[in-house]
Amino acid sequence: MSQIEQTWADAPGLKGWLSTMDHKRVGVRFVVTTLVFFALAGLLAAVMRLQLARADNHLVGPDLYNQLFSVHGTAMMFLFAVPVMEAVALYLIPLMVGTRAVAFPRLNAYGYWLFLFGGVMLFVVFALNIGPEAGWFNYVPLSGPEFSAGKRSDFWAQLITFTEVSALIGAIVIITTAFKMRAPGMTLARMPLFVWAMVVTAFMIVFAMPSVMLASTFLITDRLISTQFYNPAEGGDVLLWQHLFWFFGHPEVYIIFVPALGMISEILPTFARRRVVGYAAMVIALVAIAFLSFGLWVHHMFTTGLPPLGMSFFTAASIMIALPTGLQIFCWIATLATGKRVQFATPLLFVIGFFFIFIIGGLTGVMLGATTLDSQLHDSYFVVAHLHYVLIGGAVFPLFGGFYYWFPKLTGRMLSERAGRWNFWLFFIGFNVAFFPMHILGLQGMPRRVYTYSAASGWENLNLLSTVGAVTIAVSMLVFLVNVVVSMRRRERAPDNPWNASGLEWATSCPPPAYNFMAIPVVNSRTPLWEKEFPVAEVTGLPEILRTTLVTRLHDAEPDHVAILPSPSIWPFLAALATTVMFIGSVFTPWAMVWGAVPVAITLIGWFWPDKEETARMLSIEVKPPEGEARVEALREVLS
Amino acid sequence: MNHEVLAPAGPLSSQIAQLFWIFVGVAAVVYLVVIGFLVAALRRRNEANARTAVRAVSVAVGITSVILLGLGLSDFFAQRVIAATPKDPLRVRVTAHQWWWEIEYSDGQPSRRVRTANELRIPTQRPVELELTADDVIHSFWVPSLQGKKDLLPGYTTRLDLVASRPGVYEGQCAEFCGFQHAHMSIDVIALDPEEYSRWYDAQLASAPEPSDPVALHGREVFMGSTCVMCHNIQGTDASGSVGPDLTHVAGRRRLAAGTLPNTLVNLAGWIRDPQAVKPGTRMPATQLSGEDLAALTTYLSELR
Amino acid sequence: MSARSTIDVSRLPTYAFGHRSLMWWATMGMIAIEGTVFAIAIVAYFYLRGLSDAWPPSSAAPDLLYGTLNTVILLVSGIPNHLAARAAEREDLRSVRLWMVSCLALGVAFQAVRALEYLTLNTHWTQNAYGSIVFALLTLHTVHMITDFIDTAVLTVLMFTGPLSGRRYVDVNENADYWWFVVAAWIPIYFTIYLVPRFFP
Repeated sequence: MSQIEQTWADAPGLKGWLSTMDHKRVGVRFVVTTLVFFALAGLLAAVMRLQLARADNHLVGPDLYNQLFSVHGTAMMFLFAVPVMEAVALYLIPLMVGTRAVAFPRLNAYGYWLFLFGGVMLFVVFALNIGPEAGWFNYVPLSGPEFSAGKRSDFWAQLITFTEVSALIGAIVIITTAFKMRAPGMTLARMPLFVWAMVVTAFMIVFAMPSVMLASTFLITDRLISTQFYNPAEGGDVLLWQHLFWFFGHPEVYIIFVPALGMISEILPTFARRRVVGYAAMVIALVAIAFLSFGLWVHHMFTTGLPPLGMSFFTAASIMIALPTGLQIFCWIATLATGKRVQFATPLLFVIGFFFIFIIGGLTGVMLGATTLDSQLHDSYFVVAHLHYVLIGGAVFPLFGGFYYWFPKLTGRMLSERAGRWNFWLFFIGFNVAFFPMHILGLQGMPRRVYTYSAASGWENLNLLSTVGAVTIAVSMLVFLVNVVVSMRRRERAPDNPWNASGLEWATSCPPPAYNFMAIPVVNSRTPLWEKEFPVAEVTGLPEILRTTLVTRLHDAEPDHVAILPSPSIWPFLAALATTVMFIGSVFTPWAMVWGAVPVAITLIGWFWPDKEETARMLSIEVKPPEGEARVEALREVLS
Repeated sequence: MNHEVLAPAGPLSSQIAQLFWIFVGVAAVVYLVVIGFLVAALRRRNEANARTAVRAVSVAVGITSVILLGLGLSDFFAQRVIAATPKDPLRVRVTAHQWWWEIEYSDGQPSRRVRTANELRIPTQRPVELELTADDVIHSFWVPSLQGKKDLLPGYTTRLDLVASRPGVYEGQCAEFCGFQHAHMSIDVIALDPEEYSRWYDAQLASAPEPSDPVALHGREVFMGSTCVMCHNIQGTDASGSVGPDLTHVAGRRRLAAGTLPNTLVNLAGWIRDPQAVKPGTRMPATQLSGEDLAALTTYLSELR
Repeated sequence: MSARSTIDVSRLPTYAFGHRSLMWWATMGMIAIEGTVFAIAIVAYFYLRGLSDAWPPSSAAPDLLYGTLNTVILLVSGIPNHLAARAAEREDLRSVRLWMVSCLALGVAFQAVRALEYLTLNTHWTQNAYGSIVFALLTLHTVHMITDFIDTAVLTVLMFTGPLSGRRYVDVNENADYWWFVVAAWIPIYFTIYLVPRFFP
């Protein structure tokens, strides 16, 4: 084993598995975990659809049904949609920007474990029949101390805490890695659009999550220690919940959607065989979407009797956000049109599926953004249709495109094209059969969140059709699972760059070694692997007795200093366990925040406290800032 | 169906439906055009000119802006029409409970106020202004044939106008998840010609009719002797509970238990005997009665028109 | 390897101060997040106030004494905090130790005064939404105070016991940034809790 392999290797066995700091190992398990939650939440939906297939059905009673739709929504939004995007980003970004690791490997690992434990908590309480049952946005007073008995609502609120802390951690890791660890020469104007999308998403997370954190904390304290935030009888307000929740909730859906836009911008140009048209416009559009998304939240509250003039503002903003989104779509079509003859493969199929499905969702979104129309459509199955069209069409389809696209990079093997097409068509057809009828059901007066309906309503036939579609989706997921399992067993290995793509992640082996790149490359183009010469230069001189990588300057990616990254450690795992005990304890008693803080403090100190031997090694390679300002002549020459 | 957004039975819902068709029409054209360009781009054999493509994107953005502006303005103007304060409306106060609707017709004179539940009768051609609030959690009043919905929130009073152009029965359902039996919280709005409405209103003002035969009389005794009186009001008797729906004229209603059951003798008896079997989680407890007593009670109640 | 151009980074520093440091970004991220929490909580205070006729609805406004005293203590703590940060940049271990211990001493003082603040708020979180939001604002800040104190204490101990390397001076510098945030965040919270009900009822 070479020195670099030794330095970056993990310990074998369980210890190595629990203490790994490798963003790729953490990233893969993170993705797999989110997919498990996706499957579980999907199964819950399948049961709902079976119950709704017939009028006055008795498959599932109201208590279980109310838990089903609440856990389905909560798990899909908080345990799948956001985390999967962060997980993919945490895997890909260091590879895409040409560095060896994420900026904070231990924090990254901690964020994963916390997410896992929170998700397990949710499904355990559901299995015990004490799952949350007031919907994924848990409105007060229904979810408050007076109308929600037991601990169901508290478990929901703590699930928020787990996933929100995890998401915030991911955001900080993403921003720092993308800003400070890019390969020399990769200026911001040369940064891949997926990385841009994730940076924008991370900023949205930073500013949106605090709102739901406050909302859920106020709910827990109302329930546990009798605060009066949401109690109108004592000066509190039921709409305060809605404002706090939706101020987070609306950016949340863009937090899910923007990464998918980034994925499309990576996949589509590869198959169009040219770089994206309008890179600058695409970046500006992403930023515009992020800003605008903070100004829309009241459109979830149009029927609460707010002043009309105020609501008009939010209608305008809600309609306006279609512009930057549309701009992205037009640029992609232009890219396809101006490229060489389009190469079809499963990743592109899923991207095309995005266009067909998401655009419908976007158009119904414009309808819902209009206060007049919203008064009829809100809280009906029309909204259920809309949200699935934008979330599945806008996020899940690109995500699956991403799975097929990056699967060889993660695993070293290609997924089967043939099975991929079956997967795609079953999903595409099943999705439309399941969800298009819901537009009509909403227009026929069917409200959301009803566990049954009468035969006299006339809603039965479309509900039955929708259920058929849902079953088809389930079959398509089975095809995907089989595809993954069978493809993993193939002997044939994938080449480094099977799609002949242009990004840096394809400049290393499939899967990459623990240290990502033999040598950190220097780039001078937005599409480095499509240039005549790659790499333009290589970085040498990084010490190998510790895990080191290069930190570069934010604006021009010039080398700045050498970062020494932490070695494997069990402390993030232990700290996550301690945090979990504190969080779950505080569902039952406020004192858990006090005594629970002790193990958390201990594990965090263990995490932070420097190791003697490692410090000695650091000192042996230490170069102090004032003395070590080396000029890097070679870079200047090469890049001019 | 009498509960369809696109089968409006009044001027307000007609406005909304019209706006909806405009949006759908525009959306359909936009969709077909964009998908058309997408398919053309996918099938292209020669590369299109990059400069043309960029210009096409700019034009597309321009057209999109104009369309969005147009749609936004059309919504703004529609909203102004619908939200305009009606002249001389009939005022009705609706209070939502888990899982039924309490209705009180406002009137200057307290003696001319009618209290009822789960069924709202209104005259045609006259605006009805609903004052909405909730007693417990958030609910939403939605009768799609007549209007969009409005939430009922504890601690707030919201307003919703209804106008029916022609007589008919218009069904609706609570549209904000309100707990266990949210699925069984329907509302019937029955529009009557103005004279028929007046007659109905005057009949509602009257106290409950006297029992017509010994069975019904015995039924009234059963009512007064059981827990019924703790929750229900029957005008002209000692029963004056206000926790549950007013039963003074219950026999005249179309449905029972907030739209869960058609109002028949059999259903009424079944509901009284075991409400939890029909609408599990409802606040009404089962009442232990002998078959004879139950029959008498049902007879009594079925005469309360 | 082929005769490829190389950039030799072996003489670059192995740590850096300020925005050049990776951990600085994490600290700033934390400040952005917690700052947003404070900002939204303050907005919630004014939202609830807007719904109420009287504010406070049924109690006296919080006593000014201990809140104002603590404001002074917090601002004063900025001095050793600033000096600790400068000492860290010079890698002057003696001064770092001195100023960090001074910060801790002031930290003990303002936590003691904070306890007195709680006792003279003239309301209770169970009383009404006003009481709830006042306690929430104060507690959000107190939690940050306490965790910052513990962070600083652990780091101070480390500066005495070792093992030390250049990176630890960067940690001291960034810890000072966070301390500044705890001080700065207090100003709008002090204004909201203590001055608004009294001077803008």
